[in-house]
Amino acid sequence: MNIIVCVKQIPDPETPAASFKVDEAAKKVIPAQGIAPVVNPYDPQATEAALRLKDATGGGKVTVISLGPDTARDAIKHALAMGADEGVLLNDPAFGDIDNFQTANALAKAIEKLGGADLVLMGRASADWDMGVVPTGVGQLLNIPVVTVAKAIETSGAGLKVERVLDDGFQSVEVSLPAVVSVSNEFGEPRYPQLRQIMMAAKKTVQVWSAADLGLGADEVGAANRAMPLEALYVPKVESNVEIIEGDTPEEKAAVLAQKLRAAKLV
Amino acid sequence: MAGILVVAEAAADGVSASSLELLGAAQQLSSQGGGAVSAFVAGQGGAQALLQHGASTVYVGTNAALASGMAEVLQPAVQAAIEQSGADIVLLAQSSLGRDLAPALAFANKTGAAMDCVELKINGGRLRATRAAFGGNARAEHTWTAPLQIVTVKGKSFDAPEAGAGGGETKTIDAAGAARINVLGISKAETTGIKLEDAAVVVSGGRGLGDADAFKMLEDLAATMKVAAVGASRAACDLGWYPPSQQVGLTGKTVSPNLYIAVAISGASQHMAGMAGSKNIVAINKDADSNMVKVSKFAIIDDYKKVVPALIEEIKKLG
Ligand SMILES: Cc1cc2nc3c(=O)[nH]c(=O)nc-3n(C[C@H](O)[C@H](O)[C@H](O)COP(=O)(O)OP(=O)(O)OC[C@H]3O[C@@H](n4cnc5c(N)ncnc54)[C@H](O)[C@@H]3O)c2cc1C
Ligand SMILES: Nc1ncnc2c1ncn2[C@@H]1O[C@H](COP(=O)(O)O)[C@@H](O)[C@H]1O
Repeated sequence: MNIIVCVKQIPDPETPAASFKVDEAAKKVIPAQGIAPVVNPYDPQATEAALRLKDATGGGKVTVISLGPDTARDAIKHALAMGADEGVLLNDPAFGDIDNFQTANALAKAIEKLGGADLVLMGRASADWDMGVVPTGVGQLLNIPVVTVAKAIETSGAGLKVERVLDDGFQSVEVSLPAVVSVSNEFGEPRYPQLRQIMMAAKKTVQVWSAADLGLGADEVGAANRAMPLEALYVPKVESNVEIIEGDTPEEKAAVLAQKLRAAKLV
Repeated sequence: MAGILVVAEAAADGVSASSLELLGAAQQLSSQGGGAVSAFVAGQGGAQALLQHGASTVYVGTNAALASGMAEVLQPAVQAAIEQSGADIVLLAQSSLGRDLAPALAFANKTGAAMDCVELKINGGRLRATRAAFGGNARAEHTWTAPLQIVTVKGKSFDAPEAGAGGGETKTIDAAGAARINVLGISKAETTGIKLEDAAVVVSGGRGLGDADAFKMLEDLAATMKVAAVGASRAACDLGWYPPSQQVGLTGKTVSPNLYIAVAISGASQHMAGMAGSKNIVAINKDADSNMVKVSKFAIIDDYKKVVPALIEEIKKLG
């Protein structure tokens, strides 16, 4: 099975609130000192799903695409070290202030340029803007079905059987190929590349395509062409008014808390 | 023509609670000049509730195929409702359906969808939407240059309007999209007792509990309060200690109980995203510097293994 996986590099989503800073005028996140960007946590899970499906179907190719700055090459390398075959970096100054909708468009164009795939795998959302819309966009632009928030994926006849996570349970669906599937954290832990694989990945090819290579004009990408401009970005204020419950033993503290909760009519 | 279309979701007793919250949001926008409020729902069952809670027109999707609840099937019906109502604002819930349908509608209409919004207002006749980004560490505000403005609304961000007489009208829409995804089955998470989103008190446990058995202790604590449900952090769910349907946070449920008791949860921004709206927070944590302690009203800095059993006894004593 030929599979394309889309991976994104993002600021570490586990950046503690104290280190998280925003340039309000530029409406941009200021990279936190000493905290390197990471692969969007759902994307290695999408890569894992791709590698398992490739094995299960006895062959094919896994191609990784990332749209981002030069450093996004690391996100591709990570997927190659996990076992993916080739990479494509979509890299252009024009992509600087790209939004999810333009991203979906560029990814769809790149997928077409690669000659399509049996399956496109993505993460359920990027943990930077937390939108979760690119998989739907890519599916719509390629006019193929999109199955979101997958917990398990297996081949079934000519297509796939996918277990989805719903708000209040699970849903099992069947879809024919080609399709887009987005993977959720319930999928489980992805494999972790070993040193030898990391070294081998360095030899795998990563092509670099610009906006022009994708046939995208200057009027199709960038902040000026957003259908939904970003007007403001800021860190919300949180005040702390905590009352630490005093007491010599845990039991004593529990007793004081129970009384305070009762006084406040909370229990 | 301006106007607001609420995309409601049918439920056993009419429409879902989040659909009514959408009508609350719509009413607020309408009072700021957003235009008339209409609603779409699949099936006749939800129409009455929507009219009573403030929709002036309800578009009822009558095609039997809509029952699958899949976005690709519903999309043409909702598109027809957008066109017939003339709405330039479309509100959906941040639900399984809304997550899929909002971006699909946005792409089809060459516009953007702002997902999981917490605040909405009309500014110069146009929508301005506020949402959390970067796992809850930041707030982002959006406007639209495209005519159609689509948002999903985070649960518990708006109050449902009071039910009234409901003098509006219903219209039917027969459209449905082709089903390319075949639904084989659904397994509902078993909800014993009170639903997480409806509970007046939520007791949640995190990775610091150390094992799945500890959730029994939290269930016992919840049982002493009768109106309580048990939730969990994603770390605890990912470890398989509690079902994902009980996960609180960005990728889980949004709750805003009167009392939220966080046991051995550090308070990562993504967890906060699902419970920061709680009226009163209590933290039980070994670490006085944890984020959860900072946002709490009361905190006990100690080992939960000793605190929780004692708290169960003390609450029982209060009667
Ligand atoms: C894209 C993305 C989405 C996410 N979505 C969610 C989400 O929806 N919900 C969510 O919860 N998380 C989410 N997370 C994960 C989040 O970032 C945190 O990793 C997670 O919330 C941590 O869970 P925790 O607080 O249980 O564990 P930890 O951060 O490990 O905290 C454990 C706490 O237990 C305390 N503790 C340990 N032992 C004891 C003891 N004996 N007694 C008392 N206290 C003790 C410790 O002091 C610590 O504060 C998401 C992350 C990402 C990247
Ligand atoms: N810049 C990008 N490069 C590659 N893939 C992306 C990019 N942005 C989003 N994606 C994919 O789309 C998924 C959902 O992202 P989003 O819709 O931005 O939340 C991610 O998990 C990725 O698989």
